[in-house]
Amino acid sequence: MLDVREINTYYGLSHILFDVSLSVHKGEIVCLLGRNGAGKSTTMKSIMGLTPPKQGEITLKGDRVTGCPPYQMCRRGVGFVPDDRRVFADLSVGENLEISARPCQGSDGWDKERVYGFFPALSALDRRRAGVLSGGEQQMLTIGRALITNPDLLLLDEPTEGLAPIIVEMLEEKILELKASGLSVLLAEQNQNVALRLSDRAYIIDNGHIRYQGSIEELRQDEAVRQKYLLV
Amino acid sequence: MELFPSLSFSVLCIQILVGLSKATILFIVASGLTLILGVLRIPNLAHGSLYMIGAFTTYSIATAFSQSNLGFWVALLLAPLVVALIGLIMEQGLFRFLYKRDHLMMLLFTFSFTLVFADLVKLVWGSDYRSLAVPKIFQGSYLLLGMPFPRYNLFLLLLGPLFAAGLWYLTNRTLLGKISRAAAVDREMVGAVGVNVNLVYAAVFVLGCYLAGIGGALVAPTQNISQGMDHSIIIEIFLIVIIGGLGNVWGALLGAVIFGLTDAIGILVAPQFGIVFPYLAVITVLTFRPKGLLKSIW
Ligand SMILES: Nc1ncnc2c1ncn2[C@@H]1O[C@H](COP(=O)(O)OP(=O)(O)OP(=O)(O)O)[C@@H](O)[C@H]1O
Ligand SMILES: [Mg+2]
Repeated sequence: MLDVREINTYYGLSHILFDVSLSVHKGEIVCLLGRNGAGKSTTMKSIMGLTPPKQGEITLKGDRVTGCPPYQMCRRGVGFVPDDRRVFADLSVGENLEISARPCQGSDGWDKERVYGFFPALSALDRRRAGVLSGGEQQMLTIGRALITNPDLLLLDEPTEGLAPIIVEMLEEKILELKASGLSVLLAEQNQNVALRLSDRAYIIDNGHIRYQGSIEELRQDEAVRQKYLLV
Repeated sequence: MELFPSLSFSVLCIQILVGLSKATILFIVASGLTLILGVLRIPNLAHGSLYMIGAFTTYSIATAFSQSNLGFWVALLLAPLVVALIGLIMEQGLFRFLYKRDHLMMLLFTFSFTLVFADLVKLVWGSDYRSLAVPKIFQGSYLLLGMPFPRYNLFLLLLGPLFAAGLWYLTNRTLLGKISRAAAVDREMVGAVGVNVNLVYAAVFVLGCYLAGIGGALVAPTQNISQGMDHSIIIEIFLIVIIGGLGNVWGALLGAVIFGLTDAIGILVAPQFGIVFPYLAVITVLTFRPKGLLKSIW
């Protein structure tokens, strides 16, 4: 599905990602774990084309997509859920979804009804200004907004950060439901509990370097690695 | 009433209507400016020049078709399209490469366009002023409250709400409008949900220029069409946009009404200082609401 090979990303002159490589296969949830400032969000944004890497290569479903602008990444099937949510605050919930809707090739595509069916809490908020939603509602909206672009791969950047445990639990269920429907997910997380529960494989990023990769089972066993890179 | 003997009730009413009909043109031009300012973040000083080009083009087209009664109407249809085309060339040829530059650069850049356009107008139309007759069906006046009220001003008065409704529909009910409202705040994220923002920017820029062209066409029969009309309008519409709230179309409407009314009433109350009144209104508004009356997008 997604293959990232040795990308290097800069903000201005500061070098943030160093030869980051990772891959996501079809139908898999892969997590990218790391501390504050490790480079998770930068990796996500680099894949999406928001902060294009200076070197390295990104392939999506076999096509080279390095340097594609974000709107093309989206149309090629990458849904993006940023860490700061970034709902279109002045638009209603319904309008947020309308302007994000992209046609899909298959028959069982996402439309507004399906998003509202998936997140019933949103359907009552259709005409509400997105800016006044609670954190949990906004997170549902950002995920719904990504889904309605009909992606094959979802980039989820800390989707559960700062949310109440009951909402976190609901979102985790939903993410597993999406996986069951065949969607691939790259999940950036600081919270290893969430990541360990959801993922099939894991990468650990630290200071812009990938320090570890392995199955979730291996990571669960490997106390030392978790100690070294994840505990504060 | 004793203070101002000329200020009878009917005179005041007529003057208010005249002010509102002028506000229509100000609103149409200012809404174009504020759309471009809000969505693309370009403070387009050349907006007034496009308005002037719209007026001159209207003169030329209307004169070319002067045998028929439809000269002005053909011009009203075509001249704004000519201006929109100029806008398209500006956007595609230059502006789209500069969106990442800071606002000061943009301001200077659009300023250079005002100079280019001023020379261009001089080159094409010479430095004499032109004047255009009011279209046949709107010549003459109606009697309102016993006072004559020019028919053409009534036409403008009716157009105002029509354009306001049209712009409301565009921004709130069409996909382009919704995307523009989102792009005004978070361009990057609009791209990340699959929208080609460059196309949206081009569309909004061209639409804004088109509105400048309409304003120029509508004003053509009401005043001398001359060099320098770019300067006077750009000052007025920038003030209107500022007191209304940057990037806010309803702010432009409110600002235009304030500007038109204070101008018209000022002329009535103190003819020799009439011109001062709109500026006093601007100062008053900005003293109490430095960011404008309605929500600024900036
Ligand atoms: N816009 C920016 N300009 C300059 N430096 C930045 C910018 N955004 C992030 N950085 C730096 O890049 C590094 C990686 O940041 P990034 O946001 O990718 O981390 P993260 O792993 O997502 O952290 P968090 O868990 O806090 O979200 C940090 O050192 C940060 O200070
Ligand atoms: Mg982050």
